[in-house]
Amino acid sequence: MTLLDDFLIRAALAGIGLALAAAPLGCFVVWRRMAYFGDATAHASILGVALALAFDVSVFGGVLVTALAMATTVSTLSGRGYAMDTLLGVLAHTALALGLVAVSFLHWVRIDLMSYLFGDILAVGHMDLAVIWSGATATLALLVWRWSALLTSTLNPDLAHAAGIDPRREQLILTLALAVVVAVAIKVVGVLLIAAMLIVPAATARAFANTPERMALIAAAVGVLSVIVGLRVSFVGDTPTGPTIVTVAAGCFMVASLIRGLFDHRHLRSHKEDS
Amino acid sequence: MTLVSLTGVSLKYGGRTVLSNVDFAIKQGEIVTVVGPNGSGKSSLLRNVIGAVKPSVGTVTRMAGLRIGYVPQKLHIDPTLPLTVRRFLSLPVRVSDSVAHAALEQAGVAALADRQMTNLSGGQFQRVLLARALLCKPHLLILDEATQGLDQPGSAAFYRQIEQVRQEMGCAVLMVSHELHVVMAASDRVICLNGHICCEGTPELVASAPEYRALFGTGTQGALALYRHEHTHSHDHLDEGPAA
Repeated sequence: MTLLDDFLIRAALAGIGLALAAAPLGCFVVWRRMAYFGDATAHASILGVALALAFDVSVFGGVLVTALAMATTVSTLSGRGYAMDTLLGVLAHTALALGLVAVSFLHWVRIDLMSYLFGDILAVGHMDLAVIWSGATATLALLVWRWSALLTSTLNPDLAHAAGIDPRREQLILTLALAVVVAVAIKVVGVLLIAAMLIVPAATARAFANTPERMALIAAAVGVLSVIVGLRVSFVGDTPTGPTIVTVAAGCFMVASLIRGLFDHRHLRSHKEDS
Repeated sequence: MTLVSLTGVSLKYGGRTVLSNVDFAIKQGEIVTVVGPNGSGKSSLLRNVIGAVKPSVGTVTRMAGLRIGYVPQKLHIDPTLPLTVRRFLSLPVRVSDSVAHAALEQAGVAALADRQMTNLSGGQFQRVLLARALLCKPHLLILDEATQGLDQPGSAAFYRQIEQVRQEMGCAVLMVSHELHVVMAASDRVICLNGHICCEGTPELVASAPEYRALFGTGTQGALALYRHEHTHSHDHLDEGPAA
C-alpha cells in the first residue's frame, strides 16, 4: 500500500471515486430537473455533521441519515400546495442555517467548519478512501441495476406504470443514491459544491451525447478529468482543492458549449448552402 | 377472456369526484373507445386500467401476466435527455436491432432509427410511440388521445394502422378520443363517459342515444353529421385536384 501513502494519490482516488458515482446520478438529476433537490440534500448534510460530532458517531453515517431525511421530506412535501422551488428554497437554507447553529453549540469539539463546507480532499485517509469507494461502488451498482426502470420512469411515469414499473419506488432509489453520494462527496468537495459535481459534468456531456448511456459515460470522463486537472492546478497554484476541481469542470462546460455552438453554426450554414 | 375489469370504481382527487361507480371490462381482441367531454374522467379511467392510480372505492382486476402497450396522450422529453428513436424502443426492455428495425419498418418510419426523439414531427413521433408499445406483444393496447396534434389525414392513417395491428396481433385496443367520426367506425363498443358511464354499446347505438346527444349535441353538431362532412370534404378534394 505504499502507493496509497502518497496523499496526492489518495486525493486523486477519492475524487475519481466521487466523479464516477456522481456522473450517472448527475444525469438523472439533470433529466428530472432535480438540481435544487441535490442542493437541498447537500445543505442538510452540514446538520448531519453537527449531529454526528455531537453524538460521537461517524460523520459519514450522520450525513447519510440527514441527507436521506431531507430528500424524503422534499419528496413527500412536493405536490402539496407549494411550488417546488419555494419548498426547496425554504428547506435547503433552513437545514444549512440549522446545521451552522448546531455546530456552534459544539464547544468541546474543535472542528474546522471550512473543511466541511468546501471539502478537505488532501486530508483523505485510508479509511475515508474505503468509505468513498464503497459508497461509490454501491451507488453505481444500484444505478446500473435499476437503469432501465429509472430511465422509463424519468421519461414518463405512466409509461412506467403500464410496463409494471412503480415510478415512486424508482424515485426512492434515486433519493437513496443521492444521499449516499452526498455523504461520500462531503470530504471531497464539501457541502456547498456537491451539487456542482453532480450537475456540471452531466451538463457538459449533454453537448456530445446522443443516448442516455453515452451522456453518463462522457460525464464520468469529464468528472475524472476535472478531478485530476483540478488537483494539479490546486497543487501548483496553492488554491483550495474542492473549488478548483469545480472550476475546472465549469471550464469544461464552457469549452463544450462553445464547441457545440460552433458546430451548430457550421451545421446550420452547410444546410443553408445545400438548399 | 377478460383482460381488465373495473367493478364499482370511484375516484376522488382532493375532494373532487372524477369517476363514480364505473363498471367496465375489456375482453381479448375488442376495440373499445371511450368518448366524453373534457374533464369527464377519460384519462383517469385509463390510468386506473394501467395501475397508475388506485380507485378510492371499488376494485380493478387484471389478468395474470397481462402485457399492456401504452401510447400516452403527450410525451414530453426533456431537452437535456438525449434519446434516439432506436434507444427509445429499448425502454424498458432491451430489443435486438433486427426486432427494432422490423418494428420501425412496420410503422413506416424505418429511416428514423438514429434520429433524436425531440426532432421528430408529430406524426412520426406518434408512429414511434406506437411501434414501441407494440414491441412487448401486448394483450391490450391503450391509446390516450393518441392522434392529438395530427391533421385529419394523419389521424385517419394512424387509426387505419391501429385496425391493421389489431388484425395482425389480435390484441384488444382501448382508446380515448374526441375524434368521434374516425374512432366510431372502427370500434366494437363505445363508452360515453361523463364522470359516470352515460351509455355504452355499438357505435350506431351510442350515436343515437339521448345521453350521448345531450353531451355532444345533435344535428350538425353530432358525430354522424361530422362523419358526413368528412365525405363531402374528401370529394371536394377530388374535385379540386385537377383544377389546381
